[in-house]
Amino acid sequence: MTQSVVVQVGQCGNQVGCRFWDLALREHAHVNKKGLYDEALGSFFRNVDSSKCDGEAHSVGGRIQHLKARAVLVDMEEGVVNEILQGPLREMFDSTQLLTDVSGSGNNWAVGHMTYGSAYREQIVDTLRKAAEHCDCLQCFFLIHSMGGGTGSGLGTKVLSLLEEEFPEVCRIVTSIYPSAEDDVVTSPYNSILAMRELTEHADCVLPVENQSLVDIVKKIKHMSHGGKPGTVIRGESAIISGQGGLIGAEKPFDAMNNIVANLLLNITSSAHVSVPSRRLDQMFSDAFSKEHQLIRADPKHSLYLACALMVRGNVQVSDLRRNIERLKPSLPFVSWNQEGWKTGLCAVPPVGHSHSLLALANNTCVKSTFMELRERFTKLYRKKAHLHHYLHVEGMERGHFSEALSSLSCLIEEYQQLDATKGRLVPDAPRLRIAR
Amino acid sequence: MSVVTVQLGQCGNQVGQQLLHSLLCDAQDGQRKELCTASRERFFHQDTHGELVARAVLIDMEPKVINQSISRAARSGMWRYGETSHFSQKQGSGNNWANGFCVHGPAHREVVEDLVRREVERCDRLSGLLAMMSVAGGTGSGVGTYVTQCLRDVYPKSFILNHLTWPYGTGEVIVQNYNSVLTLAHLYQLSDAILVHENDTVHQICSQLLNIKHISFADVNSVIAHQLGSVLQPALTADSQGAYSRNPLGELVSALCCHPEFKLLSVSSIPQVPLASMAYSSFSWPSLLKHLRQMLISNTKMEEGIDWQVRPPAAAERSRSLTSFNTSLANVLILRGKDVYSAETAGFEDPALYSSWLSPQEAFSVWKSPVPFNKYEKSATLVSNSQALLRPLDSMVGGAWNMFASRAYIHQYTKFGISEEDFLDSFSSLEQVISSYKELR
Repeated sequence: MTQSVVVQVGQCGNQVGCRFWDLALREHAHVNKKGLYDEALGSFFRNVDSSKCDGEAHSVGGRIQHLKARAVLVDMEEGVVNEILQGPLREMFDSTQLLTDVSGSGNNWAVGHMTYGSAYREQIVDTLRKAAEHCDCLQCFFLIHSMGGGTGSGLGTKVLSLLEEEFPEVCRIVTSIYPSAEDDVVTSPYNSILAMRELTEHADCVLPVENQSLVDIVKKIKHMSHGGKPGTVIRGESAIISGQGGLIGAEKPFDAMNNIVANLLLNITSSAHVSVPSRRLDQMFSDAFSKEHQLIRADPKHSLYLACALMVRGNVQVSDLRRNIERLKPSLPFVSWNQEGWKTGLCAVPPVGHSHSLLALANNTCVKSTFMELRERFTKLYRKKAHLHHYLHVEGMERGHFSEALSSLSCLIEEYQQLDATKGRLVPDAPRLRIAR
Repeated sequence: MSVVTVQLGQCGNQVGQQLLHSLLCDAQDGQRKELCTASRERFFHQDTHGELVARAVLIDMEPKVINQSISRAARSGMWRYGETSHFSQKQGSGNNWANGFCVHGPAHREVVEDLVRREVERCDRLSGLLAMMSVAGGTGSGVGTYVTQCLRDVYPKSFILNHLTWPYGTGEVIVQNYNSVLTLAHLYQLSDAILVHENDTVHQICSQLLNIKHISFADVNSVIAHQLGSVLQPALTADSQGAYSRNPLGELVSALCCHPEFKLLSVSSIPQVPLASMAYSSFSWPSLLKHLRQMLISNTKMEEGIDWQVRPPAAAERSRSLTSFNTSLANVLILRGKDVYSAETAGFEDPALYSSWLSPQEAFSVWKSPVPFNKYEKSATLVSNSQALLRPLDSMVGGAWNMFASRAYIHQYTKFGISEEDFLDSFSSLEQVISSYKELR
């Protein structure tokens, strides 16, 4: 089996990352009865002799001694990382996996990307390299960060470009938390758009998540669990959270929301090896495509699908999958050249606390609305040159960066618009090659 | 004479394991010593402890399914795979034909050839090679095609039969049409015969004939194994002169694939009933053969929903192409079970069923075995070289062509060494095949 390394950058990135590791451990604890270090554990954890960083690593098959997360934690403030190191997950990480500073990035992308980016370049590369060397077959880097702040956004995207430079063959999947309109960081539009440009250049795949959607989902769960409907399940575009599970142990304000994102990551990588009335199952499939369950504020059914992946866990058979695809397909607009653009995956092991779950990852033009809103917020500030001096004072930062980032985003939006324009239009099949006889 | 099975990729390894298991179970069940010996000799050899070891090589770019297949076989207590007969890597082929064909294939060529050579050398006489794979993914399709190419080089005189599983038409892998097109175009030059099972068809058999409510891949594979097994289990053929045929692949190929443009074979078998209903079902050869014949000409893959209106065209109408009538180039009918010698097969010798190139005597062959197969008192299987696969093939090529016209996902292939030219070549080859089958009359 292959391994993946999670790189969590900034306050948000580390908080979400923390929920991810917590959930991952709970999943394995639930399934792994014999305490053996198996291939599944190996994909995200190392097994070492002692909690010291120079402990000998064990290969798959033996008993679990000490599990270390395959992770790199980066933050320019110590608060969040320190909390993790004092919390129940402290044994998961050793000092060689951490990179921290004290003063933070002041919600300034330029400080994160340029100042810290160059100051810490070597250390970042070293830390990443160490994590990669512990893997005998590294498949993917998962980067988790937010777009609106300074560290996650600026330094996070710098890390992303370093990942491309140093490990060009390894897939880079980025989970980016986008700020909601009422974000308390005034300059979040600047940070987000500057970061977006980096994502389009260096990421293989981006999973955008909007804070506002997470808030709405959490509200819905609260409403349902207080409304006395236990066991009713809500599925995110990518996560499944029960009326109960999502809130258990959620003492801190963002925990519930972070759980949702953590679930997302877990369900992407669940691999095989561990039953439901069809009606409820089918409802789950329908929900995955409804706008209430998306992790961004958009309605995929009214936009164009370029491709869609369905990863199902639990006692769900191939016939359930095929039946639902056939049932839903007529109401889902797919781009003309990819009418059967489905990737399906089945994993027999359900997530903890549920009998089954569904992860739907869609490449859909509806993301364009998120970007357009962001661009509007950006333009409001940029027109008045509000707060620009904070950025331009940073060494290496120029006006050009802003205008390039804006035009890169506009290009992206334009491409989505062009695709959208083909929606519903009857595109004739390309004329086939003809054989002379 | 022995068949060496090469199982490639996830699907190939799952179906292969199930096939070997069904063949052995059936052979032991039947309690007819001659068949049992012939079957065992064909697919297994005995180790020093007398255990049956499959004449098979397992290849995959991920270890998971190979491990499952090996342990499933061992758990049966009846047979196992050779301890060193497998080869796997860690990271898979990412559903990418080019990754399989251009990267993994060449990288592991020697190891794979070695494994196959060891099995081949263990055979007293090699009847041929059976390569099993899917076309939608990356390993079965890409590595499978590369390995077939190697086998063709190393064993130029041996029969190579490729068994392919085609994916659900509604989509299992986004780039399945690309992978399928590239595979088929290449295999057409390398393989002696291409035997196809479609997931959609097998799924329908599971749901409508076998009444399975929650169909899993295990169910699907079990039907494929049954149908393929009914072809490969020893039988008495016209050439074999009263003994079980020692040249099954050769006879299949020479009976069915008389022209290099026509290599696609489909399989139908009758009956297919749930195990629970078997005790209450009785079968007669006339009824079974009547249904099977109509299944052939109306191109229905199972004995439900047969269109009885479809008739072979009268001689005068033959020049007009009739889309609902399925013209055959050649057919092999395999009958197994009770009273097999009294079965009347003249209905399949009707010249109206066939294109005009071959006389019905040349186009039609019957194989028989008095031993029932897989608990069916009487069963009939038809291996057909006909227009049956034309529609799914055309839809595969059409889908791939549309995607290619927008160059979607092409960068994923070109980065591994496949050029747009290669794609165009593959499209041309398959349009040629489609055109040939369309014109068959």
